[in-house]
Amino acid sequence: MALTESTRAELEEIVKRYPQPRSALNPMLHLVQSEEGYVSPEGIELCAEIVGLSPAEVAGVASFYTMYKRRPVGQHHIGVCVNPQCGILGGEAIFDALSNDLGIGNDETTEDGKITIERIECQAACTYAPSTTVDWEFMDDMTVDKMRDVVDKLRKGEPVKSTRGPEVQGFRASERAIAGMDDGLAESGSNNADAVMLRGLTVAKEQGMPAVDGGGK
Amino acid sequence: MALTPNLTAHWDEPDSYTVAGYERHYGYQALRKALEMDPDAIIGELKESGLRGRGGAGFPTGMKWSFVPQGDGKPHYLVVNADESEPGACKDIPLMLASSQHLIEGMIIASYAIRANHAFVYIRGEVPHVIRRMHAAVRDAYDNGYLGKNILGSGFDLDITVHGGAGAYICGEETALLSSLEGMRGQPRLKPPFPAVAGLYACPTVVNNVETIASVPAIIRNGGDWYASYGTEKSKGIKVFAVSGHVNNPGIFEAPLGITMRELLGYAGGIRDGHNLKFFVVGGSSVPMLTEDHLDAELSYEGMEAVGTMLGTATPMVFDETVSVVRAITGWLDFYKHESCGKCTPCREGTWWIDQLLHNLKSGTGKTEDLATLNELCAQILGRSFCALGDAAATPYPQALNLFRSEFEAGTHTAADDLFDPAASVVFSGVKTS
Repeated sequence: MALTESTRAELEEIVKRYPQPRSALNPMLHLVQSEEGYVSPEGIELCAEIVGLSPAEVAGVASFYTMYKRRPVGQHHIGVCVNPQCGILGGEAIFDALSNDLGIGNDETTEDGKITIERIECQAACTYAPSTTVDWEFMDDMTVDKMRDVVDKLRKGEPVKSTRGPEVQGFRASERAIAGMDDGLAESGSNNADAVMLRGLTVAKEQGMPAVDGGGK
Repeated sequence: MALTPNLTAHWDEPDSYTVAGYERHYGYQALRKALEMDPDAIIGELKESGLRGRGGAGFPTGMKWSFVPQGDGKPHYLVVNADESEPGACKDIPLMLASSQHLIEGMIIASYAIRANHAFVYIRGEVPHVIRRMHAAVRDAYDNGYLGKNILGSGFDLDITVHGGAGAYICGEETALLSSLEGMRGQPRLKPPFPAVAGLYACPTVVNNVETIASVPAIIRNGGDWYASYGTEKSKGIKVFAVSGHVNNPGIFEAPLGITMRELLGYAGGIRDGHNLKFFVVGGSSVPMLTEDHLDAELSYEGMEAVGTMLGTATPMVFDETVSVVRAITGWLDFYKHESCGKCTPCREGTWWIDQLLHNLKSGTGKTEDLATLNELCAQILGRSFCALGDAAATPYPQALNLFRSEFEAGTHTAADDLFDPAASVVFSGVKTS
């Protein structure tokens, strides 16, 4: 799919967020991925033209970061944290089952183009170990059975909801959100804080330990 | 020691992250007070509070702000480090989801204090919902007149840009973060000059962690002395602890610095039923591990130093007796190897060498001399790499060898997975024993 004039306009809008154009490269490359499914040569050239760099310079940046993909990602991206804690608590078992069920390895995509799987590093969701992601949305406290159910639903096109966020929208839609484009989903995941986030506050309330901030002098 | 809900005190309300929800609990009152103060007086209040950087290094916040040269005619910048990626660290992501406005109010006050008119939140890229939430929170603050031109009629202008990164642990290092924010590869820069003098676009820049900045409003409202009344002599104030791993009730707990791991474990429901503590890592994978012998050590900067480790991010990961230390350490080295940015040789090459030898020990094909070679490799990297990533990579092994030598020795003949059945460590059922 060719990048359109409206993509160019959105890329130029992103540049305006920054004092210097080049600073916009991270979100711009995410926006390219949302259109192309990966960082395409055409996308690199367009970004380079807009921020006034050579394509080689932009490619040099893009190749540094793990999230920028050189091959098209599937409709949905599944990440499984295999960093020791999550990996040991079940992440390795989940990844192995996923890989076995789908017949693909790390960073590979199913033949129907529906699902890409990736062994990911610490997702800052350690209190929810084993932590996984679908289209980078949190899928906390995962098990092998729950992941099989998620994959089933994704393949059938049924809704899958993030444990701390919205219904997953697909890899490209998440890349748009990462680029900072408003998708109206910021308020979704009606739960503001879940039981894990509230653990300390709950204990404090049960044991009569008051909040310490009384509002000031 | 009692828990002290502060930043998390109203997380049980569904709109705690909105301006309206925040204003029900003193939100933006600190800003009104701050805008009538002399900027240097704000820095003074921060110094009095004793607040130290909550990203892991623990540098005094007020002092960092005071290093920004004033009257130099250059733009100044505030950059919030929200690249939370340290294995074990999972406190800034919840803070941005539920306390977004604490962070924004803190950013406005900090920017006013260091005379910055543009501030950034650099969020790791892999968390679209957090990025959405922060963009929405910034729009909410603009709509309520807390950002933009002439904030609350004070004459002070501030814009905030929310920036999503792209998956690079190294960008949590402040100079690498600035390189990334300038649109370059996220590689660290030589210090000095420090960012306070030559940071973003070579202009004076303060880089602070999410929790550090979110702590600022309550300090300004209640006074530095109020904040300093919590914690220990050298580690003042309140900390957001995140306890994870083989505990019954993992989660977020806010308590004064100086609480012990035994107390935190109690609040987290203890080690998972039927199991015992084997080791825990307080400050992220980059600090030496501890065992049962250290349960009563104070979780403070000095308390952790006294037992040979570091407080770091104060987000303890807990492992029970089913876990192979060799497997855990090897996994962490896989991580450092993957995340090494390649700029300096000790880290780029060293992480690969260490990882290879560890994998041999993990698979039971190591040699006896590997144990000493690994120590030597770690010693060659420590203090000789360009930034702290190399130091971090060189840290887990020596302590693990000290504490669990026999497990590494077994790596010369028996695979870690044969000594410790991986299925026993899994927290859900249905995984077959190998």
